[in-house]
Amino acid sequence: MPNYVLNIRRFSPESGEPAHWEKFEVEMEGHRPVLDAILHARNTEDGSIGIRCSCQAAICGSCGVRINGNPALACNTLLRDAVATAKDGATIDIEPMGNMPVIKDLIVDMDAVHWKKVQRVVPWLIPAGEPPEREYVVPHEAMVDVTQTMACIHCGVCVSDCLSMEVDPEFVGPAAHAKAYRFVGDPRDAATETRLRDLAEDPHGLYDCTHCFKCVEVCPKGVSPMNQIMRLRRRATGDFKIKDANNGYRHEKAFVSIIEKWGTLHEAKLLPDSYGEGIFGKLNPEAQKQLIASAPTAVRGVLSGKVPPLKVIHHHKLPDQKKIKDIYKKIHGRDDRIELNLYIVGEDADALAAESAPAEAAATAADGGES
Amino acid sequence: MKVAYWPGCVSRGFTPELHGSMEKIAPKVGIELLELDRANCCGAGVIAEHNQELADTLNARTFALAQQSGGAMMMNICSTCQGAQSECQERLDASTEYRDLINENLAPEKLSYEKGITNKNFLWLLVEDIGLEKLASLVKRPLDGLRIAPFYGCYIIRPTERLAYREHPERDQYLEQVIDVIGAESVAYTGSHKCCGFPVITMNKETSLTQAGRHLGDAIDAGADALVTPCPLCHLNLDLQQPEAKKFVNRELGIPVLHFPQLIGLALGLEPKELGMGKHVVSTKAVAAKVAAMAVAA
Repeated sequence: MPNYVLNIRRFSPESGEPAHWEKFEVEMEGHRPVLDAILHARNTEDGSIGIRCSCQAAICGSCGVRINGNPALACNTLLRDAVATAKDGATIDIEPMGNMPVIKDLIVDMDAVHWKKVQRVVPWLIPAGEPPEREYVVPHEAMVDVTQTMACIHCGVCVSDCLSMEVDPEFVGPAAHAKAYRFVGDPRDAATETRLRDLAEDPHGLYDCTHCFKCVEVCPKGVSPMNQIMRLRRRATGDFKIKDANNGYRHEKAFVSIIEKWGTLHEAKLLPDSYGEGIFGKLNPEAQKQLIASAPTAVRGVLSGKVPPLKVIHHHKLPDQKKIKDIYKKIHGRDDRIELNLYIVGEDADALAAESAPAEAAATAADGGES
Repeated sequence: MKVAYWPGCVSRGFTPELHGSMEKIAPKVGIELLELDRANCCGAGVIAEHNQELADTLNARTFALAQQSGGAMMMNICSTCQGAQSECQERLDASTEYRDLINENLAPEKLSYEKGITNKNFLWLLVEDIGLEKLASLVKRPLDGLRIAPFYGCYIIRPTERLAYREHPERDQYLEQVIDVIGAESVAYTGSHKCCGFPVITMNKETSLTQAGRHLGDAIDAGADALVTPCPLCHLNLDLQQPEAKKFVNRELGIPVLHFPQLIGLALGLEPKELGMGKHVVSTKAVAAKVAAMAVAA
């Protein structure tokens, strides 16, 4: 049976000792999860190893840790996969999750960060009036739309490595935003606009997400929290025209309009238009403050030769710009926005079958070539 | 090899030295650039945030133009373009019905996107299609002693499934590999695969520039002479905004940030000036001086 080396980050605040690494050797089959190996080490070598776990089946969301620097559930990461990403090719580093205080060893304080943020988004249904006599009747499509966010098991893995939260601990964060969409997308909820306005206006809310895809990458349940944040922004700007104080609405509007008019990005216009819409918008004291604050950067850009003054004033249109405008006209003229969520609809079954056939043939050919 | 070349907006806007240096090095590494001069902005995720169908149509238009160009594949020089376009392509390729709907939007222009275009950032193309061995043979000026900190940009490293990491699992190590092959030394530091903060520069400057400032500071502390990035938007936050970023991290910064094609150009024997290295906000003079002292093979 293979031998695996676990390098566990240990920390016990009461001990007075600083955090340190400790190695444990575990004999176990490679198809067993990392959690089994940690529990084996605890049972046979050191009963004081702190790890939180329950279901051992990626349902309860208790055993989030960092494995070789990446956050994951210990129960659904196999030992053979973990060793494949080991920094030295052999030792599996296991640490507590990030962005949350450590209570002991691999146990972090979920209450202090994750649950506090989930509470922040009012995670319950606010109905319009008295409940109906029997059950609520909602369209099937509407509930399918929120299934992706309902898949969240609150393991905190996305929170652990959120790159915005790393620099701004007040950021509402990926998991809580995904939870917010669960109610924003629910037709029974009566507080849709209030919820969106609240998160759009919060400087640590909707527009504090830096679009780094980290949460999309690490989520063990395919929730894609960042995509839910983008959907919240789409609802906030598209359906409710919420003009937030964080320039979110204006930035989107300016960007989309610039491409409609020129086809490529007129950068010198994007920044001022994000701060204030039109001349009057730019005269607004808040816009003035931001424009003045960004002036030194603009001057540095021009002085370095990066930004020729002519480019600030003039931007070329694409030769077929009229065609792009027509595309905008057609799509903006639709009654409803068309969205394709692959989590829900999946891929074409026929296309997948057709794709895998040649791939298999190629694999066979490659095997033949090597032998 | 001929490629349908999408330079992106920023490489022809606020970072003209990027487009310029790519054009200089392309013939030297055996790439013929068929520039997509009718193509539109990728939307950088912002148009998709506004209206997914609009973003998918605009990028399907670019893919259709690339398919008409006669290039073997499409190539970009911007991590953000790569990510935004890959996201749209994932949807377009997954559903025949959806692709037909998008192609209807393109019909008035007599354009149509056929499933399955290969679209690669220059970094990927250089390593996967030209190859590190070939690159090594082309090096005229080994950048011996130059310490370079890689900075990828989120959009070419995440999400791995969409970005074909299953087929190319080392895509998140290519910068280090290339840096080694051209004779320089790659510097390990914590920020290499993190976010530059650019997407929220107009919405939350503090979040944005704290991110940029920390990575720059970490690279300096690790002893780097310069950073290198395949993303012009990262470049804007790391170079253009660097004098502002230092205010958010309360420390001195001052480390040059090279575009990926500039670094390759130096190794191929081109001069810093030819590669537009004078057009940076943070001076590249110290790097240029080190490079000037290195021998160039005939």
